[in-house]
Amino acid sequence: MFQRMLKKILIANRGEIAVRVLRACQEMGIAAVVVYSDVDRAALHVRKADEAYPIGVPSAAESYLNIRKILDVAERSGADAIHPGYGFLSENAKFAQACADAGVKFIGPTAAAMDAMGSKTRARQAMEKAGVPFVPGTSRGVDSFEEAERVAARIGYPVMLKAAAGGGGKGMRLVHKPQQLKSALEEARSEAERSFGDSEVYIEKAIVNPRHIEMQVLADEHGNTVYLGERECSLQRRHQKVLEEAPSPIIDPEMRSRMGAVAVRVAQAAHYTNAGTVEFLVDPQKNFYFLEMNTRLQVEHPVTELIAGLDLVHLQIRIAAGEKLPFAQEDVRIRGHAIECRIYAEDPDNNYFPSPGRITLLLEPSGPGIRCDSGMYEGWNVPIDYDPLLAKLIGYGTDREQAIARLTRAIDEYFVGGIKTNISLFRRILRDADFRSAKLDTGFLDRMLQRPEDKRVDPKAAEVAAIAAGMFTALGSTAAAAGERKGDSGSAVDAAPSKWKDASRHEALR
Amino acid sequence: MLYDVTIDGKNYRLDLNRGDGRWSCRLDGRELEVDAILARPDVLSLRIGNMAYEVKSERVAGDWHLWVGSTCFAAEVRDPRSLRGRSRAGDVHGPKKITAPMPGKVVRLLVREGDEVKPGAGVAVVEAMKMQNEIKSPKKGTVQKILVSESATVNAGDVLAIVE
Repeated sequence: MFQRMLKKILIANRGEIAVRVLRACQEMGIAAVVVYSDVDRAALHVRKADEAYPIGVPSAAESYLNIRKILDVAERSGADAIHPGYGFLSENAKFAQACADAGVKFIGPTAAAMDAMGSKTRARQAMEKAGVPFVPGTSRGVDSFEEAERVAARIGYPVMLKAAAGGGGKGMRLVHKPQQLKSALEEARSEAERSFGDSEVYIEKAIVNPRHIEMQVLADEHGNTVYLGERECSLQRRHQKVLEEAPSPIIDPEMRSRMGAVAVRVAQAAHYTNAGTVEFLVDPQKNFYFLEMNTRLQVEHPVTELIAGLDLVHLQIRIAAGEKLPFAQEDVRIRGHAIECRIYAEDPDNNYFPSPGRITLLLEPSGPGIRCDSGMYEGWNVPIDYDPLLAKLIGYGTDREQAIARLTRAIDEYFVGGIKTNISLFRRILRDADFRSAKLDTGFLDRMLQRPEDKRVDPKAAEVAAIAAGMFTALGSTAAAAGERKGDSGSAVDAAPSKWKDASRHEALR
Repeated sequence: MLYDVTIDGKNYRLDLNRGDGRWSCRLDGRELEVDAILARPDVLSLRIGNMAYEVKSERVAGDWHLWVGSTCFAAEVRDPRSLRGRSRAGDVHGPKKITAPMPGKVVRLLVREGDEVKPGAGVAVVEAMKMQNEIKSPKKGTVQKILVSESATVNAGDVLAIVE
C-alpha cells in the first residue's frame, strides 16, 4: 500500500477554517504553513501557524485565489500537501490539477471528480446514468425559450431556473406562471453570465418548501466509500445557510441508510475521493431528490463530527496520505444531536449589512457540549475584504432538546463588542416554537423574519443599566473615560489593558 | 456623588456613594443595596440586592452602549455639579456628529444644511460591498453642517454631518 509522508501542509485559506485545519495539522505533528494578504497580517491563522507567507494585496483574486502565488509558496515552503478549506480554490479543478502537476498533494478529490460534479447539468446526467433520483427537469441547459416552455409544461409549475455553473443563489429564478417564464429566463441567463461567465441555464421542478438535507460522504483512495450521516440545512436566508443541525429531525435510521446508499452511489459514480457532501431536497412526503454534490469539506462539518465522533480533517489528511479508511460503514454510529450557528459580522437590524471594524470586547461561551470554531479575537480588526463569517458556535447534547438548551445558553453568553453580529438572530431562532418542534423547511427563516419581533424591554433592565452606568463612571472605567477623551472618534476600549486580556483569551481558543 | 443618567432617552437621578467599603445607592429617590466590581474595564459584575448582573460596556461611533444580558441600552452620564460643560459626543443636548460606520462611498445626500430632522431620519446613503446603507440621525434637530459631498469616499468614523 503506497503511503506518502505528509510532514508539512499548506493551508490555502483564511479565517476560522484555516485555524481549524492548522489545529488538525498540529494535532497530527504536521507543520502548518499559512498564507496571508496584507489586511490579514494580524489574523488568528497567522498567529497560530508554524510558517507564514505574505501573498500581497487583499483582493482575493490577487491573493487567496491566486493559483500561481499559492503554488509558489508551496514550493518555497516545501509543503507536501495543500488543504484548500472551503470556498476560494477548494472546488477549482484547475487548481487541483495544478497541484497534481506540481507534485503537491491536493487534500480533496481529483480534478476529474470535481469536473464531473462541478457542472450541475453534467452532475444530473451522471446521476441519471447511476439511477439516482433527482428533481424532475432538464439535464442539459435549455437552448431556447420554446424548449423551456415545453419542459416547464411537462414537469408542471412552479419551476426553478438555475445556472449550470452556479451556486449561492445566483442565476436562479422561481417561476410560478407560464407568462413569467420568458423574462425570468432572460434574467437568469444574464445573471449567470455575469456571475460565472457561463449563461447555461437548466430547469427543475420547484418543490414547494422543501427541506435541504445533505449527506456527508468520505472515500479513501482504495475504493472504500462511506456515509457519515446527514445534516439538515433548511435554515437559509437568500440561499445562504445560517444554522445547521445533525441528524435531521425527520430522518429515521431506515431512511438514513437509503439516502446514505444513494449518496455513496453518487460519490462512486464520480470516482470521488476524500470528503464530500451530497445534497438532497426532501419534499413533505419524504421523497428525496439529488440536488448537487459539493466536492469539498463544508462549513458545517462540525455537527457531523460531533454526532459521529470523528475528526473529518484528520481523516482528510490521512486519506490524502494514502491510508485506507480506518473503519467500515457498519462501524459508523450516530449519537446525540448537534446544532451550529454561523456567527457573521453583519447587522441584523440593517438588512444584514456587513459590519467590519475593531472587536473591542469578546466574551466567548464554553462549558459542556459547546464547541466554538472561531477566527476572531478581542482587539482584531475585522476586514471588509472577505466573507464576514467570524465563527461557528456548535451545541451538542444527548438529544435535540439538550443541544438547543446548551446552544441557547451559550448564545446568551456570547458577546462581541465593537461590531455588529447576527448573534441576536440566533436568540430568536432558538426560542422560536416552530424551530423547537423541528417544523423546518427552506421557507422558515423568511417567514420568521417577516413576523414582527417582540422588542419589549423589561423596565427593570433599564434600571440595572442606569445603576451600571453610574458604577462604570464611579469606578473610573477606562471605557467611559477613554470614550470621553477620544470624544466621538469611534470605539475605544483602551488598547493597553486589552493586551493582557488577550493572554487570558488564549484559553478560550484552545 | 450625584449623576444624571439617561438610558434610551429616559432620565434617572442616581446617587452613588462609597464609604466603609460599602456602597449606598439611591435611584430616583429609592434606596437600593448595591455592590459592583470591574471584572475588566468594560465588564461590570453588579449586584443589586441579591440579583446578579453582568453588564458590558461598548463604545460605537461616539455612542455609549450598555448591555444588560442581551439587551442593549444607549447610556449617558452627566455629573450635574460639573462646571466644566464638557461637550460629550453622546449628549442629546449638544451637536451630534453623524459618522460613517464603515468605509465606502457617499452615493446620496438626503438632507441639506438647515433641514429639520426627526430621530431616525435618513441623512446620507453610503455604499460599500455593493450594498447601500442609510445613515440615520439619532436625534431630532437641525442639520447644522454637511461635511461630505456626493460620490466622496469615506473611512469608518469620518464625520458626514452634524445635527444640532
